[in-house]
Formats: sequence, C-alpha cells, structure tokens
Amino acid sequence: MTRILYFGRLTDIAGTSEENLDLPASVETAGELRTWLDLRFEADGALLEPTVRIAVNNEIAFDADALSGADEIALMPPVGGG
Amino acid sequence: MITLSAQPIDAPALLRAFENVVADAGAIVTFSGQVRPASTLGDVQTLHLQAYSPMTERGIEQAVSIAKTRWVLSQVSVVHRIGDMKPGETIVFVATASKHRRAAFEAADYLMDYLKTEAVFWKKEVSSDAEIWIEPRTEDYKDAARWREGKAS
Repeated sequence: MTRILYFGRLTDIAGTSEENLDLPASVETAGELRTWLDLRFEADGALLEPTVRIAVNNEIAFDADALSGADEIALMPPVGGG
Repeated sequence: MITLSAQPIDAPALLRAFENVVADAGAIVTFSGQVRPASTLGDVQTLHLQAYSPMTERGIEQAVSIAKTRWVLSQVSVVHRIGDMKPGETIVFVATASKHRRAAFEAADYLMDYLKTEAVFWKKEVSSDAEIWIEPRTEDYKDAARWREGKAS
C-alpha cells in the first residue's frame, strides 16, 4: 500500500486529502502515476499540469523517477504561501 | 525556532517568550499577520491552510538559514498557523533579534516575503457563497524577487 496525499485544489478533485492505494503494476514512475490518477478522477488533465509537482517520501520527484520504495507520495499544486 | 500550530497564535505571549530568550539582543522586530476579513470573494468566513510536514518546516528552516547568512541575527522565531481560522486571527508571527534594528527589520521583511510566496502552504478562502484556493498575488512575487535582484540589501 502507498499513502497518497492531495494538496490544495487537488483535495477537491480527489474528494479526499489522503488515501492508501495498491498501485497497479503498470504505474512505475511519477509521470505514470499522474496519468493514472488523472484518468481515475476524470480530472481532465488537472493532474498533468507541469505546475503540479510530485513528492516521493517528502522529496520532489520528476516524472521519469521510479516509484519503487515509495511509502508516501504527495501531489502538490503551486503553493499559495501563508 | 519554527512552529506550525493548529491552535490560535498568541502574539504578545510569543513576543514575551522571545524577549526572555534574547534579553541582551539590542533590537527585536516582530511581525504579526492577521486573516483579512475581505477578499476578492467578498466576506471571508474561514481561511483554511494546509501544510506538508516536514517539507513546509524544511523550507522555512532554509529561509531562516539564508537570512542568518545575510544579516547578523542572534535569534529568529517563526510561528505559522495551519488549519481553519477566522478573520482577525493571527496567521503568522515572525520575530528577529539582532544588535541593530536595520538587520532585524530587513530579516523579518525577507522572511515574510518568503512565507507569502514560496512557503509550502495551500490556502482556501471560504465565504458565504463560494470556496476558492488562493495562489500568490503578482505583488507577492515582486516583493520576493526584490531580494534576488539585490535591490534590497
């Protein structure tokens, strides 16, 4: 199981701020996770925007980065400041 | 010291505590930011703020380190509210201590610019008829850019 966190407007799109998921074997990279989640939520590309960043185990990841060993993955739209 | 707090921020109490720690600093500057009652949406009823620990704290930590290389500071305190808050409540408290006032003023200003634009927070305004996620205003980016362009020292 992988803990997936959604921040900002992605909380509204996902309908939750976090969930535990068994990722399908076809989802091996951060980029593939984006695409898979975007389809799953019928988000119409909202998760594919390059300004939405992905963090794996609290470190920023790039789309080509592998997700193996990921305990926690965060999907983060642009930060709004405090 | 950096704290994210889901509880209300008591700025006067934080200042007193800060003064006790840096009794011989020379100069202390504090800034308190409050939730504004009005926005583009109209009347704000609730402001909701999300952080991502420890990434949020790490970012603030880094901004404090940069401030400390830029100005001679004896102590820095940043307390930021998270969760749901009401207009008029304190959302952020920043305190800087230095031998001289200018360093303390400028470091506090610098940290606030970081907190307003680059800090890892997501912010939602809730009014009576709408909810909207807020992104930084252009002016906030300009304020933060001042420090990179070297226009402010």
